[in-house]
Amino acid sequence: MLDLKRIPVGAWLGLILTGLFLICAVFAPWIAPHGNGEIVGDVWEPMSAAHWLGTDNLGRDLLSRMIYGARITILIAVLATALSFSLGAILGFTAAAVGGWFDTLMSRFVDLLMSIPTLIFGLVVLSVLPTNTLTLILVMGILDSTRVYRLSRAVAVDINVMDYVEAAKLRGEGMRWIIFREILPNALSPLIAELGVRFIFAVLFLSALSFLGLGVQPPDSDWGGMVKENKDGIVFGIPAALIPAAAIAVLAISVNLVADWVLNRTTDLKGGRGNG
Amino acid sequence: MAKTAPQSATPETLLDIRNLRIEATVYPPGEAPKAVTLVHDVSLSLKRGKVLGLIGESGAGKSTIGLSSMAYGRGGVRITGGEIMLNGHDILKAGAGGIRKLRGREVCYVAQSAAAAFNPAHKLMDQVVEASLLHGVATRAEAEKRAKALFKKLSLPNPDTIGERYPHQVSGGQLQRVMTAMALCSEPDLIVFDEPTTALDVTTQIDVLAAIKDAIRDTGVAALYITHDLAVVAQVSDEIMVLRHGRLVEWGGTRQIIKEPRQEYTNALVSVHEIEHHEQKAEGAPFLSVKNVTAAYGGGAVKVLKNVSVDILPGQTLAVVGESGSGKSTLARAITGLLPPQEGSVTFDGRPLANRLADRPKEDLRQLQMIYQMADVAMNPRQTVGTIIGRPLEFYFGIRGAERDRRVTQLLDEIEMGKGFADRYPAELSGGQKQRVCIARALAAKPKLIICDEVTSALDPLVAHGILKLLLNLQQAEKVAYLFITHDLATVRSIADSIAVMYRGEVVRYGSKSKVLTPPFDAYTDLLLSSVPEMEIGWLEKAIAGRRMESAGN
Amino acid sequence: MSVPILKLIAQRIALGIVLLFAVSILIFVGTQILPGDVAQSILGQAATPQALANLREQLGLNDPAYVRYFHWLGGVLTGNLGTALTSGQDIASSIWPRLKNTLFLAGCAAVVAVPLAILLGLIAVRYRNGPVDRLISAFALASTSFPEFFIGYLLVYFFAVKWQVFPAISTVFDGMPFLQRLEAVVLPATALTLVVLAHMMRMTRAAILNVMQSAYIETAELKGLAPLAIIRKHAFPNAIAPVVNVVMLNLAYLVVGVVVIEVIFVYPGMGQYLVDHVAKRDVPVVQAVGLIFAAVYITLNIIADIAAILANPRLRHPK
Repeated sequence: MLDLKRIPVGAWLGLILTGLFLICAVFAPWIAPHGNGEIVGDVWEPMSAAHWLGTDNLGRDLLSRMIYGARITILIAVLATALSFSLGAILGFTAAAVGGWFDTLMSRFVDLLMSIPTLIFGLVVLSVLPTNTLTLILVMGILDSTRVYRLSRAVAVDINVMDYVEAAKLRGEGMRWIIFREILPNALSPLIAELGVRFIFAVLFLSALSFLGLGVQPPDSDWGGMVKENKDGIVFGIPAALIPAAAIAVLAISVNLVADWVLNRTTDLKGGRGNG
Repeated sequence: MAKTAPQSATPETLLDIRNLRIEATVYPPGEAPKAVTLVHDVSLSLKRGKVLGLIGESGAGKSTIGLSSMAYGRGGVRITGGEIMLNGHDILKAGAGGIRKLRGREVCYVAQSAAAAFNPAHKLMDQVVEASLLHGVATRAEAEKRAKALFKKLSLPNPDTIGERYPHQVSGGQLQRVMTAMALCSEPDLIVFDEPTTALDVTTQIDVLAAIKDAIRDTGVAALYITHDLAVVAQVSDEIMVLRHGRLVEWGGTRQIIKEPRQEYTNALVSVHEIEHHEQKAEGAPFLSVKNVTAAYGGGAVKVLKNVSVDILPGQTLAVVGESGSGKSTLARAITGLLPPQEGSVTFDGRPLANRLADRPKEDLRQLQMIYQMADVAMNPRQTVGTIIGRPLEFYFGIRGAERDRRVTQLLDEIEMGKGFADRYPAELSGGQKQRVCIARALAAKPKLIICDEVTSALDPLVAHGILKLLLNLQQAEKVAYLFITHDLATVRSIADSIAVMYRGEVVRYGSKSKVLTPPFDAYTDLLLSSVPEMEIGWLEKAIAGRRMESAGN
Repeated sequence: MSVPILKLIAQRIALGIVLLFAVSILIFVGTQILPGDVAQSILGQAATPQALANLREQLGLNDPAYVRYFHWLGGVLTGNLGTALTSGQDIASSIWPRLKNTLFLAGCAAVVAVPLAILLGLIAVRYRNGPVDRLISAFALASTSFPEFFIGYLLVYFFAVKWQVFPAISTVFDGMPFLQRLEAVVLPATALTLVVLAHMMRMTRAAILNVMQSAYIETAELKGLAPLAIIRKHAFPNAIAPVVNVVMLNLAYLVVGVVVIEVIFVYPGMGQYLVDHVAKRDVPVVQAVGLIFAAVYITLNIIADIAAILANPRLRHPK
């Protein structure tokens, strides 16, 4: 059972902040005081009662843009993570369970993909692909699925050599029982923690691409793109660009805290129930 | 109370531990850390040149007490009470520098796994003489000379050059002897031997044991000898202390402890190998025959089974005995189809069994069940005991729902565990209970044969004893046959009807138990049988003398 | 050095070369056979079919893919990286000074980051589970969660704008005096250091901790060796390999981190060159720069593996 009192402070902080970001993302049009593209004042107005975070390089309300930015950032990152996870986990488990040439072929191919730094390969591929959100999600998801593949395969291979899996094979159990009843329940906790890590990576990767001008295209803007829009203000002492950058950092830290807690919680129990 | 020098520390008393209390902090998941007491007010004393055996099951605190004589606590263990007088000084008051001066000088340590205890980056000689040089006991030349003499005394091959080797270049039994030489090199007053032969094969153990015993006698060093094997400790100690759950059970002379134990627990430890079992006559036709099976790993590269043939009779036990690398577990893999044989066949009920697991019908799989050495990894940690035992019922017989629960309860009764265990997870069971659940899972399939792969070797002797008795009772009730794989000859004597002795992939001796265990023996069986420690003072000398005569005779 | 170890190293290097060729194929395939059309990308949607056909002819796009690949590979192996589509300049001669700049920046960051990370890792191990260790791991958590541009712009905002200690834009040019050049890269090098420091330190801590928990450390302790002697004589020889491994892997990260940092500080290096030409869809430049980045990355990984092989006594002194 989940005992609320036993959740450490760090995890609480992470859960609350992550929740806040999610609320912003889901209810953006209702929360944001102004429209996303609406010009409400001068360029780079400082923080004030009217514009809590000031205005941006075109005089748009920064707070509203941050809230809409949360929506785009989180949506793309979630979809890319979902893609990388389903692709990586399914292929990884299959490779571990089937073994043989499929495993060898997949693993060598993943080794090859991983021998090029993800950002560099992403840039190379984006140089020829059309710039739109779908491409972005596909590129991010596929490139990142290599890491999920490696983890799932390693976890499944470890479990696959356990005596209880051998016992199930000796009993004559089919592949489905072995994957879903013997391997998967034991692989879940490291994978769930990894989910958080992959999401953070997706957020950081998307932000980097948008910052470099190769991610989300204007007039839409994610947080990385907002840093790019406002970066020229920095040299004049206008910190507008730091706000979306800080938001990315806070989101990443919150999710990290939650993932850490999930990992600790699940490695503690060694299976079975939480308070055995 | 310790302000004045203790009076009882007569010159002959080397080590005097009084009311030792040792605690550790444990961190249970989700709970506040708490202190647990590992050792409760244990006192002992040891005279110069004497050997005290510390014996007990896992968790008895024997290693913890042994290491306390060096003022050392492993992994956050703290000495919280009592005095440890070594050579008349309380070492707990010596301070960090004082403790360093006595470690490696007055007391030395021999670990269970020498392979891990040597630094892989340095030559053996550098490590052997390190403590002597550090404490200024000898110059490098003197220390090396002494080390070479010790290597010779411990019957190591090439005593003059073995020190130039690295740890991974030397075998496990030899490393254990080098570690003993390392402990002796700085001429300490006391050596702590922590299960020094437990990790070794039985035929290697006897040589190492004899070498250690001779070295102790010739150098006059005192020793604390820690082990879980009473027969081993009976060979080397003058006195034995029996411990349980961190408390003293009984302390006495070796002869008294093994011949006239006063405590019930000691008595149980002494008589642990005695199980009443009458050998069943080899009557009737075998239902499972292994014929000329050859099997190999790595696509035929490494042959691990060579032309092996054995038969199993209904309701009887065939014990397969051998040391590590003898191919005994591979035989089980070949029979179950996990490692399809290259040559030869396995017949079951008069028809050949398919070589590969995947080609066998469900009915054949049901007839052959298996129990593993490590019960904790043989059960899915995310399934309850009810699911684990119930699955074969569902899978083979289609029994579900209330009927399944009824059968699970019945099986839990058979393994002497109550109904309440059905909802537990494996992590919530003790080692012996886990193994019982595995037995129940095998029984649920109503098999003709259960393969038991070293099922008792990870368990404490008393628990193992209980499991063996249970297996024998179940055999009576269910008429199931066992293929019992083990390295432990005492177990074999207790339960087997017939025995196959394996050595390097071959069956070197095979027949009914009485036939196999009656002379004349072949050379390997003789070596194996004569290496198993017996709970008898002077057995070691006799066994070694027997060997020397034999090698002289040949 | 023994024969088996030389063989292992040779194998590892050979594997690295094979990998490089495979990577060159991957990069080529990634830019040529994907649904995007290079000619279309260059000319835009409004291009006439005639113009597209001419450009395809000019770029050799009508040849089969493998012919184009070998043509390209042949060029790369002879040092001819082709010409940039947008400027028509020779790519190799544009890359060379930029590569030097990038290596200078990465080198400066490494010189600071590597010793610092090892030192902090050691401190974390020495005082493990204490407040210092916790502080260090909190810092590590923060730094792995910060995007590079956050660190970069924070530095610019405070050091260049508010306090005006260092320049916000790192201008370097040929023949610039060394010290001046050093001053120009202080901020980007600091940012890079902060990017890799935490990760490197965490891995160093884990590697050293792993060694410190070995049974032979206990043996040394029970011989009466002092803590420092234990670290020097028993832990250090076994920790070199994992630590070198960690360092090399992190230098590989550092090389990648350079891309974003260069854009922030408008530093004339490879990263900035790559990003500019990705935006302009200048495929030959992207291929060339991508391949060089991959080559550096793979080389560092090979060095990490070789260090591990060399430091393993089991391999150095075979049975």
